[in-house]
Amino acid sequence: MSVLVFVEGLNGEVKKSSLEAATYGSQVAQQLGTTVTAVAIGEVKEDALARLGEQGISKVLYDGDERLSQFVANAYVKVIAKAVEQENARVLVFSNSNIGAAIGAKLAVRLNGSLATNVTALPKIEGDSFTVTRGVFSGKALADVALTADPKIIAIKKNSIDITSGGGTATVENISAELTDADFSEKPKETVMQETDGVLLPEAAIVVSGGRGMKGPENWHLIEDLAKELGAATACSKPVSDMDWRPHHEHVGQTGITVSPNLYIAIGISGAIQHLAGVNSSKVIVVINKDPEAPFFKAADYGIVGDAFEVVPKLIEAAKALDK
Amino acid sequence: MKILVCISNVPDTTSKINFTADNKEFDKTGVQYVINPWDEYALTRAIELKEAKGGTVTVLNVGEADSEPNIRKALAIGADDAIRVNAYPKDSFFVAQQIAAVAKENSYDVILMGKESIDFNGSQVHNMVGELLGIPAVVPAFKLDLLDDSTARLEREIEGGKEVVEVKLPFIASAQQPMSEPRIPNMRGIMTARTKPLKVVEPTGADTKVDYVNYSKPEKKGGVKMIDPENAGELIKLLRNEAKVL
Ligand SMILES: Cc1cc2nc3c(=O)[nH]c(=O)nc-3n(C[C@H](O)[C@H](O)[C@H](O)COP(=O)(O)OP(=O)(O)OC[C@H]3O[C@@H](n4cnc5c(N)ncnc54)[C@H](O)[C@@H]3O)c2cc1C
Repeated sequence: MSVLVFVEGLNGEVKKSSLEAATYGSQVAQQLGTTVTAVAIGEVKEDALARLGEQGISKVLYDGDERLSQFVANAYVKVIAKAVEQENARVLVFSNSNIGAAIGAKLAVRLNGSLATNVTALPKIEGDSFTVTRGVFSGKALADVALTADPKIIAIKKNSIDITSGGGTATVENISAELTDADFSEKPKETVMQETDGVLLPEAAIVVSGGRGMKGPENWHLIEDLAKELGAATACSKPVSDMDWRPHHEHVGQTGITVSPNLYIAIGISGAIQHLAGVNSSKVIVVINKDPEAPFFKAADYGIVGDAFEVVPKLIEAAKALDK
Repeated sequence: MKILVCISNVPDTTSKINFTADNKEFDKTGVQYVINPWDEYALTRAIELKEAKGGTVTVLNVGEADSEPNIRKALAIGADDAIRVNAYPKDSFFVAQQIAAVAKENSYDVILMGKESIDFNGSQVHNMVGELLGIPAVVPAFKLDLLDDSTARLEREIEGGKEVVEVKLPFIASAQQPMSEPRIPNMRGIMTARTKPLKVVEPTGADTKVDYVNYSKPEKKGGVKMIDPENAGELIKLLRNEAKVL
């Protein structure tokens, strides 16, 4: 019996969300008194994998088959299923990313296991009972869910686990699932990455977000400059992406993406319930709005009632003055 | 072209979420139910494809009789017929099994649903159905076009970018915006929906893999600290020294 963590790479490095998964996996292994192994696929550098030892991973299984540099669900699932068998894994840990959730669901069917996505905390394990807490009702509630089958597959919500460090170095071994061309029949035609010099929104620890109060796309340099100074990703409200001021992948909320950064700064956003649903699990929320009655202030930790066009430049100045 | 659209019946986005006194169940009192907003993108895209290429759109809901007003609404928006699997949707795997069983019986060319339901936020059913049926699941897709009678071209979101995927029919896709612009039913739609077929079938297999044992609400915030706009830079200092997030 062991714990297996699936690790995703980006530009050769291990994604931050996968470091969270590794930390989570190590802590579950400690609870169970067993070992934790990671499995990595595609283009990740060997030294980046070895550094997973910092999070308590002792061994990384790596499949560097070139065909796996693009995500192909069936092929990925086969490699991970092989690792599950080889390691006799009883608990599998993923990040709740688009890739992680997809593989988790397929593995749950293939291996007859229990799957919980959007998990926010370590499990409670008592004898045979294994319960995790997951976010439900778009961040408005939490549910305790008993995972009744084996293996137990857990996809953890981003930014819900503090990454630990201070472990050793992991050994890296190769794994191969003897993939055939048929496993790649659903290979994407094309993968287009966003041009960004900054931080990816779903992974970001800090998010600066603008709403209709920003008046138009020509004013977005204020949002971008503040984000740049803080090392943050940028986001927006739904009407802003509906009007094409900003791309759709920046739209957060009930019908956009859900973010849970350490710091969410909302500028010129009223705080409609559908917007809050996408951001309400952020650790600290700052609201800047000229209307003191804006509902967002009720969900905020810090607030400034004022005109964004006067306040934000002052914030940018103050952020510049911080020693980084 | 036979298209199946799976819809779930969820609390309206503005609902206050409460649980029964023992925290074991969702409290439906006073809650208005709607078609899951993500499913509406799937439904309208299906109707657009039917309008362009011909064929039928069937809506499927795994749910109890109280889902029927929203199933009728989907018919009013333009679906041709509906199937309700008469069961409380106990968990994602249970729902996926029901959808797979209906799909096996009727062999659809395209199966669409929303990216996730806004009540349980599982994002699991589409991939599970794909796995059960052995067909591709393209998740989450924001663009869907049929190239010819046997191939579709989709764009799906990945963290930090997108993928362009071409798949052979049959396949499953989950929808998110901007796949389509959801429609509201018109008077004629509402009239004709009343007589469109809505078949109720009993569930097959009752296998579940998880058990919801308890619900709770996140801790309330401690209240907002206001900062003078004249002195806005103070905020940055507080974020570093007090909140420790910078
Ligand atoms: C089914 C459904 C799903 C939805 N999903 C989402 C979703 O996923 N995400 C989402 O965001 N919305 C969603 N919405 C829309 C939501 O209800 C709101 O309409 C939307 O969030 C409002 O966006 P906003 O705050 O940018 O704009 P507004 O509500 O117009 O607010 C603008 C704010 O800017 C302030 N302001 C104006 N000028 C200034 C200035 N100079 N300086 C400072 N402040 C200023 C105003 O006081 C106001 O509070 C959804 C709605 C429905 C019905």
